[in-house]
Amino acid sequence: MIIAIIEHDRGTLHNASLEMLTVARALAADRDTSLAALLIGESGREIVKTLGAYGVPVAYLAVDDSLEDYAPRAWAESALAVMDQENVEVVLAAGTDRGHEVLAHVASLADLPLAANCLEVKLDDERCRVTRQRWGGSLLEEAELRGETYLLSIAPHLIPAEETPLDGEVEIREFQPSFSDRAFRVQVTGREQDEKAGISLTDARVVIGGGRGVGGAEGFTALEELADLLDGAVGGSRVATNNGWRPHKDQIGQTGNRIAPDLYIACGISGAIQHMVGCQGAKNILAINTDPQAPIMEKADYVVVGDLHEVVPAIVDEVKQRKR
Amino acid sequence: MNILVCVKRVPDTGAKMILTADNQAVDSKNLGFTVSPHEECAEEEAVRQVEEHGGSSWILTLGPEEAGEQLQEGLALGMDEAVLLNNNGEEWDPRSTSLAITEAVQKIAEEGTSFDVLLFGNEAADSGDFQVGVRVANALDLPVVTGVKDLSFTGDTAVAKRESSDGWEVYQVPLPAVFTVKEGINIPRYPSLRGRMQARRQEIKRITPKKQPGGLKKIRLRIPEEEDGGAEVLGEGPEVSSKVVDLFQDIGVV
Ligand SMILES: Cc1cc2nc3c(=O)[nH]c(=O)nc-3n(C[C@H](O)[C@H](O)[C@H](O)COP(=O)(O)OP(=O)(O)OC[C@H]3O[C@@H](n4cnc5c(N)ncnc54)[C@H](O)[C@@H]3O)c2cc1C
Ligand SMILES: Nc1ncnc2c1ncn2[C@@H]1O[C@H](COP(=O)(O)O)[C@@H](O)[C@H]1O
Repeated sequence: MIIAIIEHDRGTLHNASLEMLTVARALAADRDTSLAALLIGESGREIVKTLGAYGVPVAYLAVDDSLEDYAPRAWAESALAVMDQENVEVVLAAGTDRGHEVLAHVASLADLPLAANCLEVKLDDERCRVTRQRWGGSLLEEAELRGETYLLSIAPHLIPAEETPLDGEVEIREFQPSFSDRAFRVQVTGREQDEKAGISLTDARVVIGGGRGVGGAEGFTALEELADLLDGAVGGSRVATNNGWRPHKDQIGQTGNRIAPDLYIACGISGAIQHMVGCQGAKNILAINTDPQAPIMEKADYVVVGDLHEVVPAIVDEVKQRKR
Repeated sequence: MNILVCVKRVPDTGAKMILTADNQAVDSKNLGFTVSPHEECAEEEAVRQVEEHGGSSWILTLGPEEAGEQLQEGLALGMDEAVLLNNNGEEWDPRSTSLAITEAVQKIAEEGTSFDVLLFGNEAADSGDFQVGVRVANALDLPVVTGVKDLSFTGDTAVAKRESSDGWEVYQVPLPAVFTVKEGINIPRYPSLRGRMQARRQEIKRITPKKQPGGLKKIRLRIPEEEDGGAEVLGEGPEVSSKVVDLFQDIGVV
C-alpha cells in the first residue's frame, strides 16, 4: 500500500498535497498496489470529496477530540498506526514545513529513512531510488533508500496536480489511534494574525527585488513606487534583509521565499545561486545592474546596464506617463 | 540556561555550482566555507538568550578537521564552548548524523553540562534533509518545534512561533526542548575583532563519533538543466525606460 499524508489546516487543504498525489498515484499504479490517503482530525472529513476528484479510492480518517488543531507528533503517530496495520511500502507527504516535520517524526519513531524534496521516484522489490533537491533545488541528488518502508516528501511547485476522478465514492476508514503520552506535548496553542499589507510576494504578478546595489532602506522608496504602479510587491536579496533594509519575510531565495511572478525586476542583485533558486518560477526576469559582467546578466531574460538609482525613477516616470 | 547549537560546514558556492569529476560533491577547490543562514541565526539566538538568561552557549559540528573554522566563527560571536566530531570529511546521512549528535549530547551531560535548549537549523544548506533536529529530539525524548522564527523563555517554558500562511502559529513547550530555527528569527551580529582574536586561542573539545549505518545513500549529484536563452540587452542608463515599459506592456503588466 502507498499512503499519502494529506496536509490541511483545520479543514483547509494545502495545494502541495494534490501535487504529491500525482506522484503517489503513479507509484501505486507502477507497483500494482493500493493507494490510500491519510487525513488527520475530524475537520479532514471535509476534504474527502476532493480526494475523490484526484483519484484516491480510500481515505483513512484519524479522529480524536485532541486532534482539533495541528500536533506534529500526534500526526506522525496516526500515520504509524496505519503503518502497523497495513503492509505499507511508501509514505508520502508534501515537501512543506508540516510535511517535513511529520515525516521526520515518523522516520525517527520507526527508524526509517526519509528523503526530502523528491522529484522522481523509482521503486522495485529491493530498493527505492529517488532524485531529490539539494541546495534548495540548485543541485539534484540521485539517492537510494534502504528500509522496510520508504518515507518521501515531494518538492512543491514542480509537479502539476492532475484531476483524475474516481468512478465511485471514496471509502472512508475511520479510526481512533492510541496515542503515546508524548503525542500532544507540542501542539498549536495560539495564533496571531498578520495585518494584511498589500499583495504578498508569493502571489504577486510583478515583483521588484532590491539587493546590495540599493544601498540602504531609503533606496527602496523608488522600488516601492514602481511596485505600486504595477500592482506588484517588493522583495530583496539576503544582503538587503541581513542589513535590516527589509524585513526577512521579504527575502527571495533558498532561505527566503519562492516567487513565481510574470515579471521579476532584480535591481542591484548579483545573481548568486541561492538567490536565483528563489525566482526560478518567474516567467520573465529583468536585471538592472551597473556591472555588465554580473552573473545575473546571463541568467536574466532582459538586462539594463546602469545605475538603478537613475534607471528605476526613469521607468517610474515613463509608466506614469503612459498610464495618463 | 545552557544552549547547544548544531551547525554544518558547507561550501559557499557563489554564482555557479561546479561538481567534482566523480559527481560526488561540489567542487570546493576555489571556494570558502560557511554554515546555513538558519544556523547562523541559531548561533546569534543562543548568544542573545544566554546574555538575557545567563548560562552558557555551545556550538557543535560533525565534520572534517577544517570545520574548526566554523566553530571558531561561533566562538567569535560570543559563544562559550565548541565541540568537533571529526568524520574525516565523509558526509554522513541524517540517521548517522543524528545518532552521533545524540551520543555527544549524552556524553557532555555525563561530563556535567546538560542542555536546556538545543538549536538546529530548519534544514542544512547543502543536503536539505529536514530531519536531523527532529531525530535528535526523539532520541533524547525531548519536545521539538521546527521552523521557529521567534523564541522566548519564561522560567521552564518556551514560547516558539512559526509563520503560517496568514500570520503566526504559537507553540508552548516545557524545557528542555529542541527547536529548529529559520533565518529571520534575528539579524546576526558581526563578530568583533577582539572576539575573533579570542576565538583563535580557545580550545576546541573533541568527541570521537561512532558511525552507525544510515538508510539514505547518495549515488551521485547532478546540476539541473538550465534553459539558456541568453539575456537580451535592452540598453544602458535611464534612456532605456521607454523600451523597458514597452516590455512591460508586451508582458501585460501595465
Ligand atoms: C546556504 C545559503 C543560503 C542563502 N540564501 C539566500 C537567499 O535566500 N536569498 C539571497 O538573496 N541570498 C541568499 N544567500 C546569499 C547569496 O549567496 C548572496 O550572498 C546574496 O544573494 C548576494 O546579494 P546581492 O546580490 O544583493 O549582493 P551582491 O552579491 O553584493 O551584489 C550586488 C550587485 O549590485 C550591483 N550594483 C551595485 N550598485 C549598483 C547600482 N547603483 N545600480 C545597479 N546595480 C548596482 C553590483 O554590480 C552587484 O552585481 C545564501 C547563501 C547561502 C550560503
Ligand atoms: N554534520 C552536522 N553537524 C552538526 N549539525 C548538523 C549536521 N548536519 C545537520 N546538522 C544540523 O541539523 C540541521 C538539519 O539538517 P538536515 O536534517 O540535514 O537538513 C542543520 O541545520 C544543522 O543544525
